[in-house]
Amino acid sequence: MRPFVRPVPTTWWLKRRVYFLFILRELTSVFIAVFLILFLVLLYQLSLGRAAYETYLDFLASPGMIAFAVVVLIAALYHTVTWFALLPNIVVIRIGEYRVPSILIVGANYVAWIAVSALIVVIIMRG
Amino acid sequence: MSKATITLEVLRYRPEQEQEPTFQTYESEYREDWVVLDAINHIKDHIDGTLSYRWSCRMGICGSCGVMINGEPKLSCATFLRDYYPNPIRVEPLANFPIERDLVIVMDDFMEKLTSVKPWILREDEKPISEGEYRQTPAELAGYKQFSMCINCMLCYSACPVYALDPHFTGPAAIALAHRYNLDSRDQGRSWREEVLSTEEGIWACTYVGTCTVVCPVNVDPAGAIQQEKLSTTTEWFTDVLMPWKGR
Repeated sequence: MRPFVRPVPTTWWLKRRVYFLFILRELTSVFIAVFLILFLVLLYQLSLGRAAYETYLDFLASPGMIAFAVVVLIAALYHTVTWFALLPNIVVIRIGEYRVPSILIVGANYVAWIAVSALIVVIIMRG
Repeated sequence: MSKATITLEVLRYRPEQEQEPTFQTYESEYREDWVVLDAINHIKDHIDGTLSYRWSCRMGICGSCGVMINGEPKLSCATFLRDYYPNPIRVEPLANFPIERDLVIVMDDFMEKLTSVKPWILREDEKPISEGEYRQTPAELAGYKQFSMCINCMLCYSACPVYALDPHFTGPAAIALAHRYNLDSRDQGRSWREEVLSTEEGIWACTYVGTCTVVCPVNVDPAGAIQQEKLSTTTEWFTDVLMPWKGR
């Protein structure tokens, strides 16, 4: 017996729509990671004093960085929406033989998401 | 009137006479109520008796006849020719497995992984037969029934890019069956299975691509099973760390 092993092409993720959307979902993490690094740098600049902090804020307000922030926002929204869509397969709540329907589990997460976001907006606006 | 025909491009591999697989084109009889397996059987009986493939029940129960049909893992007994006619159909052995001959794959790896998760009821304490069977309520049955429907057809392994890139991955069906027994109220084997499941080659290798669930012919949802195992393993780990007195 001489079994033949077929090679996996490096372009495997282009073969199916599902694979491509998966890679897209994974890729969103890169943008979010870069954004978090920028945020950590912001905290560092704050520790250096007012001048350094304001220079950094000016840098973040440049058109290129605002465009990047928009891309990050889209990536974060895509990640959140696709992740919420997968949740009912992971969180299984049973009451006897009855399984709590997907829409309630997804809905609860959206409600929590909007509530937390609203709370953050209120805190920022008051500050 | 001449009979209608359909073209099948079948991947052939005859290790004794060729170094690598090649496509062979067959012109099979076409009938509206035929599935791909009917056409392959027609080729075997009337055109080329040397074609090798696996099949048994013809009704989506045995899980033997999985092949790639136009690049999608499918049961050839449940895929109608009419959904492709008059275009040609490309038939290949299940992806991500070594080819033994023609459409026959080497499934040893799957069989070993299936055994490794101990897909049967494990007990710490067996009660004597005189005490009767382990009884279960309909609600307890509902808790795992979906995952017990697996027919071991391996379509999920063919759809899984994680398994394609890392053949050590325990894989969708084996983990789904482990999950099925972990959820069974009669079973006490979770901690034994955890040794295989809660590893980098077990549940933690899965990145939730989700294609296994898409191609499953019996709606087992292996991707869901793997994530549910991740959730319960993590919850148990936190319970062990935060409340060590609780035990399991």
